[in-house]
Amino acid sequence: MTALLDIRGLKAEIDGRQILNGLDLTVNKGEIHAIMGPNGAGKSTLSYVLSGKPGYEITGGEVFFNGEDLLAMDPDERAAKGLFLAFQYPLEIPGVATLTFLRTALNAQRKKRGEDELSSPDVLKRVRELAKQLSIDPEMLKRPLNVGFSGGEKKRNETLQMALLEPKLCVLDETDSGLDIDALRIVADGVNRLRATDRGMIVITHYQRLLDYIVPDVVHVLSAGRIVKTGGKELALELEATGYAQYQSEAA
Amino acid sequence: MNAEIRPVKTAAEIGLADLFAAVRKDLPGGSSIEAIRSDAFDRFAAQGLPNSRVEAWKYTDLRRLVRDAKPLASRPDAAAKTAASGAGAVFAGLDVRRLLIVDGAFVPELSDLAALEAGVAIRATVEALGTEEMVLPFGMAGADPVAALNTALAGDGVVITVAADVVVERPIHLVFVTTGAAPAAMFTRSRLELGNGASLTLVETHEGPDQSDYQVNAALQMDVGDKASLDHIKITSEGAAALHVTTLEASIGAGANYREFGFTTGGAVVRNQLFLRLAGEGTITSVHQASLLSGRQHADITLTVDHAAAGSQSREVFKAVVDDEARAVFQGRITVHPGAQQTDARMMARALLLSDEAVANCKPELEIFADDVQCGHGTTTGALDDQLKFYLMARGIPEKEAEALLIQAFVGEVIDAVAREDLRDALSRTMHDWLKGRE
Repeated sequence: MTALLDIRGLKAEIDGRQILNGLDLTVNKGEIHAIMGPNGAGKSTLSYVLSGKPGYEITGGEVFFNGEDLLAMDPDERAAKGLFLAFQYPLEIPGVATLTFLRTALNAQRKKRGEDELSSPDVLKRVRELAKQLSIDPEMLKRPLNVGFSGGEKKRNETLQMALLEPKLCVLDETDSGLDIDALRIVADGVNRLRATDRGMIVITHYQRLLDYIVPDVVHVLSAGRIVKTGGKELALELEATGYAQYQSEAA
Repeated sequence: MNAEIRPVKTAAEIGLADLFAAVRKDLPGGSSIEAIRSDAFDRFAAQGLPNSRVEAWKYTDLRRLVRDAKPLASRPDAAAKTAASGAGAVFAGLDVRRLLIVDGAFVPELSDLAALEAGVAIRATVEALGTEEMVLPFGMAGADPVAALNTALAGDGVVITVAADVVVERPIHLVFVTTGAAPAAMFTRSRLELGNGASLTLVETHEGPDQSDYQVNAALQMDVGDKASLDHIKITSEGAAALHVTTLEASIGAGANYREFGFTTGGAVVRNQLFLRLAGEGTITSVHQASLLSGRQHADITLTVDHAAAGSQSREVFKAVVDDEARAVFQGRITVHPGAQQTDARMMARALLLSDEAVANCKPELEIFADDVQCGHGTTTGALDDQLKFYLMARGIPEKEAEALLIQAFVGEVIDAVAREDLRDALSRTMHDWLKGRE
């Protein structure tokens, strides 16, 4: 069976600084992988390189998404193929209404996949249902994207986008940052509803706390741009107790 | 006149002098009008076409940009009228009163003059000039050479009067259209007198063929009465080779509410100059301008706002989207006169550059002669935000579409200032058409 995501020996740099240093990772459908690691280990870089953010130079390795060469695709193409990055810091876009953005994104993906575009009322209906599940005020959908949203509202909005777009692989970059415990629970519930046998997830986090709510199948430790240890969900608890110091010295 | 007479030098200036000498006896109006025209032409000739050493024309050097003078357009014949009948399509389907000005001449038979609202009068400028009405002299704009040239050569246009307290529901649409392949010059003068407490939406569109390097010099004077309400919207989408210069002069009465909106997408060289005098106390004025430019277009918006009385508020927002090798110019000067206390004025100019060769020149100025005022201005120039673009693309939106969405958001703030939804939608469509042209 073809892996959902297959990263082989990935090396990447930005502004001449090597961040990813021969990273290997395989995610199969139905699996949730947590990637933990100290600050500067390359966690966010991995999420940006997977989603195709400009500015990163790939200096080695390969990435296959459902058997296709992911690195050869533009960011919009990757999204249409089913890759979703939930941003650590979702951006504010004044002048673009949230609902307009959601409809444009959904229909752009459908169009690229050769599916029929959905009418505005159909999109609105879907969005309203999802908003309700995520305790998002429908009035918020009329406001410009993320403008004036609290940290929690932005993360719920990211989760709403993810639920609407129904990706095959969700990459959650520090989704817990800036969230209080109530907001964390709402977001985690939203993510857990998306758990499915044909969907994979990569949950990037610095703290173990998030993994109490989104329970992973596999936990990896990322340090100096490489996976240095892989284990079950108990590895997260171990890290919480011991910290990352041993892995930082191993990598050095 | 004690100004030193500067020798007329360029081919265009010589051509304009020859033109005026040849047509002055045939221009509408009797001897008192002719005297005004002669005086105005002398003022023009003393200065010549403005060049970059003239501060108000710093970025738009007409001596360089205007190569020759074109002959005056002849009055439209049957073919021209047929060609013009579909003009102003941007507001097609809207319930507006269309008044057509074809090749510089008001054409009543193409205009909707039926069932005029009580208190509304519409006449051709040529008719007003025929009875020696003083429709030509300028106030604030009088010193400007191009406005003077308009006074000297204005042939026709429309004079609209709205009596006091008349609320005109149906917008009036002035459709300015140039027809014909032979390049010609059009000098029009129009006038609006809006009575105290009256209310009107006045829309203007300017268009013409792409193949002809015709020249438009249009002027509009507006006298807005006390407590009147005026929405004025001007769309400049001239042909690709056209020269378009317009002078807007408005005097705003006490307690009046005036919303000015300008949208520039077409013409090789465009200069829209606005001279606004907030004459009465407690007026509320907003000026929103958007320029969407590509190719080698040059569009200059130059705005002078005089706060002449106390307690008035003005907001000026200018946005330019500049692609290819185009250039957008915004000059805005707010003057707060002595005694205009409690003035509240804010001016903002923002330019979005879509290519490395695109240029924006922004020059906001404040001159304040009162001590109890709130005034501010700001200007920004930059490219599309790559981070925002990536965020949109990461959601599956293709690059061009993501750019279009961000440009729409940028211009949208200005379009949102238009009060009427139907006009706002029409302007949004115009913006979408422009964005489609980029793809």
